[in-house]
Amino acid sequence: MSGTFVGMPAFPTAAREALADTQQRRNLAHATRTIRDKRAAVVAEVEDWEGLRLAGAAVKEAALRDLATHLETLEESLTRAGAIVHWARDAEEACAIVAQVARDHGVDEVVKVKSMATGEIGLNEALEAEGIAAWETDLAELIVQLGDDLPSHILVPAIHRNRAEIREIFRRRMGDVGRPAPEALTDDPGVLAGAAREHLREKFLRAKVAVSGANFAVADTGTLVVVESEGNGRMCLTLPEVLVSVVGIEKVVATWSDLDAMLRLLPRSSTGERMNPYTSTWSGVTPGDGPQEVHVVLLDNGRTRALADDVGRQALRCIRCSACLNVCPVYERVGGHAYGSVYPGPIGAILNPLLHGVSDEQTASLPYASSLCGACFEVCPVRIDIPSVLVDQRAAVVDSHRGDRVPRSGSHWQEAVAMKAAAWTFSDSRRLRWAERASGLAGRVIGRFSRTTLPGGRAAAGRLPGPAAGWTGARDLPAPPPESFREWWDRTDGGRS
Amino acid sequence: MSARDDILRRVREALDGVSPAVEIPAAPRAPDRGDLVALFVERVEDYRAIVTRCAADELEQVVRDALGEARAVVPPGLGVEVAGATVDDGLTATELDAIDAVVTRAAVGIAETGTIVLDHRPDQGRRAISLVPDLHVCIVDASQVVADVPDAIAVLDPARPLTWISGPSATSDIELDRVEGVHGPRTLHVVLVG
Repeated sequence: MSGTFVGMPAFPTAAREALADTQQRRNLAHATRTIRDKRAAVVAEVEDWEGLRLAGAAVKEAALRDLATHLETLEESLTRAGAIVHWARDAEEACAIVAQVARDHGVDEVVKVKSMATGEIGLNEALEAEGIAAWETDLAELIVQLGDDLPSHILVPAIHRNRAEIREIFRRRMGDVGRPAPEALTDDPGVLAGAAREHLREKFLRAKVAVSGANFAVADTGTLVVVESEGNGRMCLTLPEVLVSVVGIEKVVATWSDLDAMLRLLPRSSTGERMNPYTSTWSGVTPGDGPQEVHVVLLDNGRTRALADDVGRQALRCIRCSACLNVCPVYERVGGHAYGSVYPGPIGAILNPLLHGVSDEQTASLPYASSLCGACFEVCPVRIDIPSVLVDQRAAVVDSHRGDRVPRSGSHWQEAVAMKAAAWTFSDSRRLRWAERASGLAGRVIGRFSRTTLPGGRAAAGRLPGPAAGWTGARDLPAPPPESFREWWDRTDGGRS
Repeated sequence: MSARDDILRRVREALDGVSPAVEIPAAPRAPDRGDLVALFVERVEDYRAIVTRCAADELEQVVRDALGEARAVVPPGLGVEVAGATVDDGLTATELDAIDAVVTRAAVGIAETGTIVLDHRPDQGRRAISLVPDLHVCIVDASQVVADVPDAIAVLDPARPLTWISGPSATSDIELDRVEGVHGPRTLHVVLVG
């Protein structure tokens, strides 16, 4: 039904292709600018935003640091409230549990609330393989699903599509899977939203089983929370007889009152609103109201791996607001597909390697998909220091190749060789002196022949050949000074003569 | 080993030697913004919802005007006479889909964010009735309006299903422009009493 990220090329290759797509670049620039401005306005309205961030970060950090206790409490509260709790070590186990629930009720379709966790585990594809259709009901997810496309943003998975493209997808595909788009479909966003309402209504009304995620899971009360805008979440959480929620174990907060900071931070950071249109909370089964069979699947799938990482653990505080995507200069230009995961952007560049390790080339390329400008940390509502984790993950990538006898492509071996040569040179004063003389000579040669001048008048080398081409292709290499500091010191007696 | 025990073991191993002590600073509160009810009205209207203020003895008439010709469903414990309305006794989703409007009360109103919270007691009804019809007339008593989110959290009972509503159904999924009206009620009419 939809595409797959499996087999995506490493970031530099994927990014180069994405950069050539001018339509997508225009769509992204427009959308990210809109959301950045909206977020800035509602954040400025909060008197002590930083205090709220500190509280939010601490709530999540405290929950993570005592996670086993909170998970046991959550299981107990959920069970007491009538929910059936399952545990899944990985994607395969989680998908099997959901499929089993669907089979037990003899259904060949489920309706879905937008959920990052179910995207991460590839639930739709797994259900499809069992002959069960999973209908995405979030507007952006619907656009992605109908377009056989991949999500490119955490909040708005179809951010790379503009209204004209969406109209075309609806017109072409809606009829294949249900009620067709009306004849008079225009590209007005209100009309397009109306078409989605008509198309999905029949699916909501007949659905027996719904699948959701959860934004938060409150341990002491067994309450799950879904934050949304359109009402498709409410439809799925309320109308079907059976509800299965796939919840990452990092979604836990300890107490009901911990939700306060989170519910104030998330909408302002995410959609740039004081509050999102709808938030639903439920604790297990309510007799006579909503689904009477409620399942909760607690999912690990790499989270305990990230939890063990002292620097990277903070990435599990993430509440999936996507503010870091919207401010990232790299994301704004290349879009989400280049990251090869449902988690794109700065948070994806750390979350994917933390969850899955850096043994494959694609994931290992992600920590480098950043200029380390730090804008992501500034906007993060739970103060995840993304740049520091990026640097630490780069070190993990380098460490994973230390034992390599033969340099592998994509393993940044040129950098490793250069660093080894530098270490050898710097460890001996005579070697350093020779190197300085050589570089002074090079500086004089470049100074004479260079056609590039940097601001301030200093000469620069043009594009260098060989392994250095990758570096000089996008930067000017200043010509080395003709004289080193030590030579200058000797010649002038430290500036006294 | 069961998946449960395995995951809990991995969690404990991952956190071996990590101190669980984290001090959680109190979340700062919004400054006093004066007249809470006026702020509530302003912020609800910001979401392009309709707000009508009225006195208790005008309520029936205001609800009648808000509904106009619309066929309405009401929860069993609404406590307001709505002529011609169907009282919910477990209507199916399909039956609800044929009804134009719903009238409910609310549990809390939050001034800072312009939010109404339903806790689905008998004066508000099951979650489905305030979801499927296209017009939601929601009666909020001025005494139910609190300043900010923490005040609402403090009075709400998490054991009950809760629906937090901030304006009509909306989406920003097309070019991040907000448009009102997707799956939930496309019109939210708040009647503020007192």
